[in-house]
Amino acid sequence: MDMLKYSIGRLLRSLITLFIVLSMVFLLMRLMPVEGYFGARGDNMAPEVKEQILKSLGLLDPWYKQLVSFWGRLLHGDLGESIVYRRGASCASIIGPKIATSFRFGIVSLLIQNIVGLPLGVLMANKKNGVVDKLGNVYILIINAVPAAVYYLLLQLGGSNIFGISMIYRPGDVSTMILPVICLSLGGIATNAMWMRRYMVDQMNMDYIRLAKAKGLSSKKVAFSHVVRNAFIPMAQSLPRSIIFTLAGSLYVESLFSIPGMGALLVTAIQRQDNTLVQAVVLLFSAMSVVSMLLGDIAMVICDPRIKLTSGKGGRV
Amino acid sequence: MFSQFHLKNRLYDKMEEGIKEKLEEELTDDLFTEAPFNAKEAETTSFENYSYWRSTLKVFLSKKTTVFILSFLLILLVFCFVQPYLPGQKDPNRIFNNPETGIQLKNVAPCAEFWFGTNTIGQDLWSRIWAGTRTSLFIGSVTAVVSAVIGIAFGCIWGYAKKMDKVFTEIYNVLDNIPYTVLRTLITYILSPSLGTMIFVMCLTGWIGIARLIRNLVLVVRDREYNLASRCLGTPASKIIIRNVVPQLVSVIMLETALAIPAAIGTEVYLTYIGLGLPVSIPSLGNLINEGRMVMLVSSLRYQLFFPVLAVSAITISFYALGNAFSDASDPRNHK
Repeated sequence: MDMLKYSIGRLLRSLITLFIVLSMVFLLMRLMPVEGYFGARGDNMAPEVKEQILKSLGLLDPWYKQLVSFWGRLLHGDLGESIVYRRGASCASIIGPKIATSFRFGIVSLLIQNIVGLPLGVLMANKKNGVVDKLGNVYILIINAVPAAVYYLLLQLGGSNIFGISMIYRPGDVSTMILPVICLSLGGIATNAMWMRRYMVDQMNMDYIRLAKAKGLSSKKVAFSHVVRNAFIPMAQSLPRSIIFTLAGSLYVESLFSIPGMGALLVTAIQRQDNTLVQAVVLLFSAMSVVSMLLGDIAMVICDPRIKLTSGKGGRV
Repeated sequence: MFSQFHLKNRLYDKMEEGIKEKLEEELTDDLFTEAPFNAKEAETTSFENYSYWRSTLKVFLSKKTTVFILSFLLILLVFCFVQPYLPGQKDPNRIFNNPETGIQLKNVAPCAEFWFGTNTIGQDLWSRIWAGTRTSLFIGSVTAVVSAVIGIAFGCIWGYAKKMDKVFTEIYNVLDNIPYTVLRTLITYILSPSLGTMIFVMCLTGWIGIARLIRNLVLVVRDREYNLASRCLGTPASKIIIRNVVPQLVSVIMLETALAIPAAIGTEVYLTYIGLGLPVSIPSLGNLINEGRMVMLVSSLRYQLFFPVLAVSAITISFYALGNAFSDASDPRNHK
């Protein structure tokens, strides 16, 4: 009952947050350069024609009127039509297939990140300053220090030169998925391992761990039945976010391997000054963020019985 | 049992008697005199002269690798600003032409004249990399300092004022719900790319995380007994925050600030990658890497990518390693 009450309260607050965030982003985007509404022919247009276009898009109305009509259209699922990217196509029809592609890559890489990264962190923490720990730290340092754009490029070159795998993704050809997935996973493996290691090292000095050791549990059992289980709680909070944000794709990887995913869409839309498409993508990302936080909070409450189920208290920070 | 116990007691009694006799022989009354009252001595405490910052510094500098990285970074910083004034340095934006043919000296491999070679339009890569490091470090440090100042101020108020907590938390939730990359990209697009825009955009998102961190730490420290005592004695809140709370957070703040610099460089590389970076006339590590990336496929030109990447990696690794060493050193449990 408490759980249900909490979820409903949290859901309502999320809806309010979503409303504020989307309105803010929408108003922010009214400041975008107007050139983005005319498309490629904008340079040759007479000022009257331009004004006519802006008027037909409702952009000359006062901001509150625009906001109301924006919410009206949004509630009907209408994200507007693309201006340059694919003229006249609805933004939803452009975004849909791209999301599916990005999700396919993202979810595989997310699995690898967790399956490889978390055990690596545990191994590193178990023998602090051992060989595995040192090698792991070097790996983490390299991944953090070298810009992603650069080591992706090296991987792409190396992979295609040494193993003869195609540099470009071809839909349906599984072997061309290997390199992008590796690229997508490297950073996450490092983050997961680093986080897990630090968490375990911190917990080792806690009183309850010392008690567990004092009562004679083997260090392996302490690590797995106490530390790892507790480490899972913050994981539970971030997991929904990680899953949902696989939909957003990765700009670097997708542009390198020519994957028709979401990652490059925002950037392409910005570069080609397609304002309605920019707006649709930004709104989608903001909505994803709000929803993933909501799910993360609920998942954490389910996993951690210590958290009090009162919706009134301050909230998640 | 009983007899054994009895025997032991008697033995102790005898030993005690012996000690008593000996003491009475040695400790005569004239050894004891009354001390005159000394106000200064009455106040002195007898523990070792402990200073938190001195021992932090001592632990920090006790590792050889830390000292090495620190001196490397200092030399790099100094050289960065001295480099343009050294003799024989070239203007980073000058395009070099072959004096005989008048054709640009494009893609010259590293040689005695151009230490790091030239780029695709014939500019000296060595001086461009130093100029780029200057720009990027400038962006990074301004961002780090501004974010830290705003973040600390915001975080302290947020954590200290109980009544405001709910309001600030809601504001935070809204701000944190807009993905930072999207916000940065969007605002750079709206404001059109420039040095000012870039710094503004990074500060805009940079302080949020710091504010949250500080708020959580302030919450922990705020209700400690000594602060309670201060409040009871009528100390104003501003004084408690500045004197009692902030000094506890200094190590965290310094770590965050140190890590914000490489993060800003990374963001700059990203913004440049998506075409919202600085114009090429302002060399930065971001646009140098981007230029290098474009010629990456020609193996003889890879030096154009290699050198900027080397610069970014060296700076990032140094800041990371120093930040971690410092956070270890600032923990009193690691002090001797």
